[in-house]
Amino acid sequence: MTAMRKIVILGATSGIALEVQRLLAREGCELLLVARSSQRLAEVQADLAARGAHQVLTYSADLASIRQHAAIFEFARHTLPDFDTVLLAYGSMRDQKDSETSIDILLEELQVNFVSATAILTLFAADLERRRTGCLAAITSVAGDRGRRSNYLYGSSKGALSLFLQGLRSRLHPAGVRVITVKPGPVQTPMTDHMPNSTRFADPKQVARDIVDALERRSPDVLYTPKIWRYIMTAVQQIPETIFKRLSF
Amino acid sequence: MSGQSAATLRKQSVAPPPTEQALSWGRYPKTAHRRVHKPAWNDEVPEILGTAAPASLLPYGLGRSYGDSCLNAGRELIDCRRLNRILGFDESTGMLRSESGVSLADIIDVFLPKGWFLPVTPGTRFVTVGGAIANDVHGKNHHRAGTFGAHVCQIGLHRSNDGLAICNSQDNFDMLQATIGGLGLTGVIAWADLQLKRVAGPWIDAESIPFQSLGSFIDLSRESNDCFEYTVAWLDCFAGKHPRGIFFRANHSAERGKQFHPKRGAKLPFAVPAWMLNRYSERAFNTAYYRIHAARKGRALVPYDSFFYPLDSIRQWNLLHGKQGFLQYQCVIPETNVEAVEELLDRVARSGMGSFLGVLKQFGSAPPAGMLSFPRPGLTIALDFAMRGERTLKLMQSLDEVVQQSGGALYPAKDARMSSAVFEASFPRWRAFVPYIDPKMSSSFWRRVTGAQ
Repeated sequence: MTAMRKIVILGATSGIALEVQRLLAREGCELLLVARSSQRLAEVQADLAARGAHQVLTYSADLASIRQHAAIFEFARHTLPDFDTVLLAYGSMRDQKDSETSIDILLEELQVNFVSATAILTLFAADLERRRTGCLAAITSVAGDRGRRSNYLYGSSKGALSLFLQGLRSRLHPAGVRVITVKPGPVQTPMTDHMPNSTRFADPKQVARDIVDALERRSPDVLYTPKIWRYIMTAVQQIPETIFKRLSF
Repeated sequence: MSGQSAATLRKQSVAPPPTEQALSWGRYPKTAHRRVHKPAWNDEVPEILGTAAPASLLPYGLGRSYGDSCLNAGRELIDCRRLNRILGFDESTGMLRSESGVSLADIIDVFLPKGWFLPVTPGTRFVTVGGAIANDVHGKNHHRAGTFGAHVCQIGLHRSNDGLAICNSQDNFDMLQATIGGLGLTGVIAWADLQLKRVAGPWIDAESIPFQSLGSFIDLSRESNDCFEYTVAWLDCFAGKHPRGIFFRANHSAERGKQFHPKRGAKLPFAVPAWMLNRYSERAFNTAYYRIHAARKGRALVPYDSFFYPLDSIRQWNLLHGKQGFLQYQCVIPETNVEAVEELLDRVARSGMGSFLGVLKQFGSAPPAGMLSFPRPGLTIALDFAMRGERTLKLMQSLDEVVQQSGGALYPAKDARMSSAVFEASFPRWRAFVPYIDPKMSSSFWRRVTGAQ
C-alpha cells in the first residue's frame, strides 16, 4: 500500500475509473483527476472527498488533444510532484459500421484510443523512469486480442495500445517502473449501454477491484478482468484465421 | 456462414435494442419497457426529459417497490442508479447532499464509521435516496421521527419544462411536498439534502417480548413509544383473531468500542419451486419463527444490520415466493378500530394463504411530510402473499373491504392491484397533487389507479 499513495487518473469520469477512484478514496489515497468536464470533475471530487480520499485535485482538459498534454503534465508535476501511479482510463467506442464509411470517425477513434494515449503515456513514463519508481497502468480491451468483424476498429486501436504497453514495459523494467496492461471484457458502463445484452456484462465494481488489486501487488503485467477472459481469449486466439474470418461476431 | 444469415444478422444489429425488462421487488406484474435510460451524470437528464414524449418517463432506482409504482409498462424508465455521488457533507451539522441514486446502504457505509446514521430507515437498506423520498418511506421510529421525507430539507428537481427547480421550505415548498411521496411523478430528483443523525456506533440495544393478543401488542406499543426510539412487531398470521407475535423495541446503544464485522449474507440463487410453498411450509415457518424468538426473549446488544435489515442478509429473498412473484399488502387502520385489524387477520387466517412475514407497527401522529404520504396515525400491517392468481387477488379484495370500512388506507409502494376506489379512499386529496406531475412523467401504478393516459 505504501507504494501507491499518489495517483494520476487520465479519463477520471469514465465508467471504470469512477469505481477505481472510489476504492482508492476509501484507502485514503491522494488523487489527481483529469477529464474534460469541469462540472463532472467537481461532482466526482466532492464524492471522493466524502468517501475518504486524502486529497483530490482536478484538472480539466481534453486528453484526445495532444496540444494540451504538456499543460496536464506540468500541472501534475506541480501539484502532485511525487505521484507514483498513473492510470490511463479513457477511451472511445464508436460504431464500427459508421467508421467504415467515415474516415473522420476512423481517425478520431485512433486519435483517442491510440495516438493520444501513447503521447501522454510517453510524457509520464519519462518522469517515472527518471525517478526510477512507480507504476503505469492503461485500460485496453480484450477486443484488442483479435480483430473481429463487428468491432475491429475499436479492437485494433486497443490492440495497438496493448503492443505499445508491451514495449514500454520492457523499456521501463530496468528502471523498476511497472507497466500494467488492463484488458477488461465487456463491462456495464455508459460506453457499452447500446450493445445487446449489456445488462449481463461485468459489474464495473468487480473490474475496479481487480485493477486496484493489480496496482497493489507485484503482478500481473497483463490483467484480464473478470479473470475468465484470460481463458476465453486464449481459446479465441487458437482459432485458425481461415475459420475465424467466417465468424460474424 | 451463408450470405442470407449474415444479412439477417446485420439487420438485427441495426434494429432498435430489444425491450428491456425491469422488475419490481414482488416480481409481479412482469412488464417490458420500451427503453431504459441510464444517465451517469445529472447534466444528461435535461436532454432525456426534453426529447421524451409526454407521459413516457418514470425514474427508477433499486426496484424495491413491490408492485407497479416503480414500473412504466410499454414506456420508458430513467434508471438513476449511476447518479450515485455524495456531493457534500457538513461534519458539524450532519447535513448530507447526495444524488438521487445513492443507496441508503452506501450512506451507512460512508457515514456510520463517522458517527452518523439515517434519520429514518425502511426495512431494507438497498433503496435509493430518490426512492425513499418518492415513496416517503417510514421505519421503526415513525412514532418519534415521522417519515424519511420529514428529514429532507431541500431538493434539486429536474423538471422537463423549467429546468432544475430548487425546492425547500422557502422556495417551491409545495413542489417539495408534492415530490415527497410523489411516486417519482414530479420529475427526476437531481440531489437531496438529508439531515443525518448522530449515533455512538453501530450497536443497538434491543429487547424482544412475545405477545398473545392484539390488545397486549397495543399496550406494549403504547408503553414503549416514549422510551424506545424503535418499535415494531412480527406477527404470526396463521393465528387469526388472537394473533401471537414478537414485539421488538430498541434504542441506539452508547456502546462504541466493540469490534464490528459487517457480514455479507447468503444469496437465494433461484426461485423456490412451487411445490415447496404451501400453507404447511409457511405455517411451519411462522411457528418456528415464533418459538425461536420467544425462547430468546429479553434484551441483547445487536449490530444495526441484523436489527434493521434482517432480510437484507438473504439477498434476493423475494425469490422465496417462487417464480410467480408475490404481492405485499400494507394498510393502516385507525387505532379506534382495533376490531378491523382483528377482522383482517381473521380473514387471512381463514383463507389459509398466510404469509411468511407479518409486520405490525403503531404509527405516530407526526403530520405527513408529503401530499401523498401514506403513514397516518393508526396501526399498520404488512403481509406478503405468494401470487397464486385469482384467489390471491380475491383475498386481497376482501381485505380491502375491511380497510375501507375502517377508514384506513393502502400503501402505493407495496401495491400492484388496488382499485381506483380504494386509492381514492386512501388518498382523497390526490387531485390536488395532479398539477405537480411533470408532463413527461407517468407510471403503471398511476395510470391504473387514476385512469390517466
